[in-house]
Amino acid sequence: MLETNLGWNDILFMLKGAGVTLSITAWAMLGGTILGMAFGLARTTLPWWLNAPLGAVLDVLRSVPLLIQFVLANSFKSIIGVNASAFTVACVMLSLYTASYCSEIVRGGILAVPATTRRAARSLGMTYRQDLAHIVFPMALRVALPNWIGLVLSVMKDTALVLWIGIVELLRASQIVVTRLQEPLLVLSVAGLIYFLMSFPVARLGARLEKRWHEND
Amino acid sequence: MFNYTFHWRPAFNALPRMFEGALVSLQIAVLSLVIGTAIAVVLALGRRSDNRLFYGFATGWVELARNTPALFQVYMTYFGLGSLGIHLDSYASLLVGISFNNAGYLAESFRGGLNAIPETQTRAARSLGMGATQAFRLVVLPQMFRIVFYPLTNQMVWALLMTSLGVTVGLNTDLTGVTQELNVRTFRTFEYFLFAAVIYYLMAKFITLSARLLAWRLFRY
Amino acid sequence: MIEIENVRKSFGPLEVLKGVSLAVQKGEVLSIIGGSGSGKSTLLMCINGLEPIQGGRILVDGTDVHAPGTDLNRLRRRIGIVFQQWNAFPHLTVLENVMLAPRKVLGKGRREAEEIAAKNLRHVGLGEKLSVYPSKLSGGQQQRMAIARALAMSPDYMLFDEVTSALDPQLVGEVLDTLRMLSDEGMTMILVTHEIRFARDVSDRVAFFHKGVIHEIGPAREVIGNPQMPETIDFLKSVL
Repeated sequence: MLETNLGWNDILFMLKGAGVTLSITAWAMLGGTILGMAFGLARTTLPWWLNAPLGAVLDVLRSVPLLIQFVLANSFKSIIGVNASAFTVACVMLSLYTASYCSEIVRGGILAVPATTRRAARSLGMTYRQDLAHIVFPMALRVALPNWIGLVLSVMKDTALVLWIGIVELLRASQIVVTRLQEPLLVLSVAGLIYFLMSFPVARLGARLEKRWHEND
Repeated sequence: MFNYTFHWRPAFNALPRMFEGALVSLQIAVLSLVIGTAIAVVLALGRRSDNRLFYGFATGWVELARNTPALFQVYMTYFGLGSLGIHLDSYASLLVGISFNNAGYLAESFRGGLNAIPETQTRAARSLGMGATQAFRLVVLPQMFRIVFYPLTNQMVWALLMTSLGVTVGLNTDLTGVTQELNVRTFRTFEYFLFAAVIYYLMAKFITLSARLLAWRLFRY
Repeated sequence: MIEIENVRKSFGPLEVLKGVSLAVQKGEVLSIIGGSGSGKSTLLMCINGLEPIQGGRILVDGTDVHAPGTDLNRLRRRIGIVFQQWNAFPHLTVLENVMLAPRKVLGKGRREAEEIAAKNLRHVGLGEKLSVYPSKLSGGQQQRMAIARALAMSPDYMLFDEVTSALDPQLVGEVLDTLRMLSDEGMTMILVTHEIRFARDVSDRVAFFHKGVIHEIGPAREVIGNPQMPETIDFLKSVL
């Protein structure tokens, strides 16, 4: 175990893969959060005959393996003849996937604001918009943010699946190194450590936030 | 822009094979959930244990399962364990990988469930002459399972979706594996995988619905 | 016979029992009264070994409860206890709640356990509620179920830990009636209670606990009707 051929170049190669992992995560969270907020808000305001189909479509994204969604998105891209890189496809698809989870988080946050509180706000003469901006949004954020941080972590892990459509992120990079060195346990352990180091600070941040907010309740 | 002709007939013809694959997927999901649940009960006890070794082991498992990708865990069991002289085929490593993942996630749900059951329940059971294990098995566990039933159902759906990872370690008997084999032969990627997606979706809904039915039958109190 | 000899019990630095001695004869009903935090409930937990003690000893029919070799599970079959919070098992029906221990601890068959459970439930007036879940019962009914659950083990002794304290006032009566019935049947009982008049009526003897020691003990009518110690007089004045 002490004698290894794993060199700095290999580690650097894996770290580059980790960079790709982080960058896909960031794009997916950006797109997914914007879309997710829109969907989530829509799902609390739309009439049921619009809400139900939207909810069903978002549910499909959560009920089909992400791997298959990537494959479908990639082949759909070729079918409609769009000249986009696999990276773009991955980011778009993962954004949609993230949005479906994010919409539930947003919806949960909004629904957690008691109707009585909102009625109180409206009775003070606040407009619908003011109620949303000053009452609903700040209160929903406290419920939603810890869950959103949890979503960041799970999306970061889900990015590993993009290796199947040919993107070299951390796990694929590690696999390449494994093929070369034939030391799978060591190389994968290093990859696991990198994943852990990437997610641990985020997880700690989430735990601290939740604790602080619960203390104030 | 659109010069692709869809060919659905081969995909329809392949449906029986895909259904067989779907059964294999379901089988792996169910097995991994059963194994994962059994381990998770032990891990949840470990997370509440005063024994530092037991606590450390359980915590390590939970952290590793929750903070690394499921695909990483499957790679570990397929490629990684080989370095330790344990060689699993793709079916076994997928099953072990998902079970590992299930156990880690469920352990945390179970811990929460156990914490929600008042200590007085154990006390009441012990006062009737039950041993510690009996009190846990007959009084605490059944109540915990009600509390964690919803997370357990979710984990079952995730387990099913995770079985699709088998294809990355060469499994060709589950739904994704079968679909991929058909795909490689014909390159009708979209058609085949769309069908696979529909089947996965239906299975996921089937699991959710039957769980709801089961809960209704099981938890009358 | 339950013999308690100079028992000491602490929770960390807090000493709750500071050398308590007392004996309960077969067929006797003893009530323990006193302010909250005086150690009354803790003493009950020590009698069936749910709480360890730091000094002295407790003998139940000659068996040292806290001796290392004592089989507590076996001992507890003979000592029923009912808690302030009735602790119904919510996942089991009323009948199953009462059947569980006879089946799993005494190893009785399903049919026999069912008969025992039904008999005891009818005895406490719950014969109509056998297949109901505890959540559908009132507090008083749940408490009576807990009594039946303990009785189903055919215990030699019954311990009652403030069994009416958590009940709505209008439900107290039905539980007290059940206790009175048991006392009339000759059950050996130790009651920790705040119901002073009830204690006077049903018990043979009353012990007054104050700050971890017994200040006064004697026939019920004397201790409650004609207390001697200033602490007892103050306490009774505050509750009667």
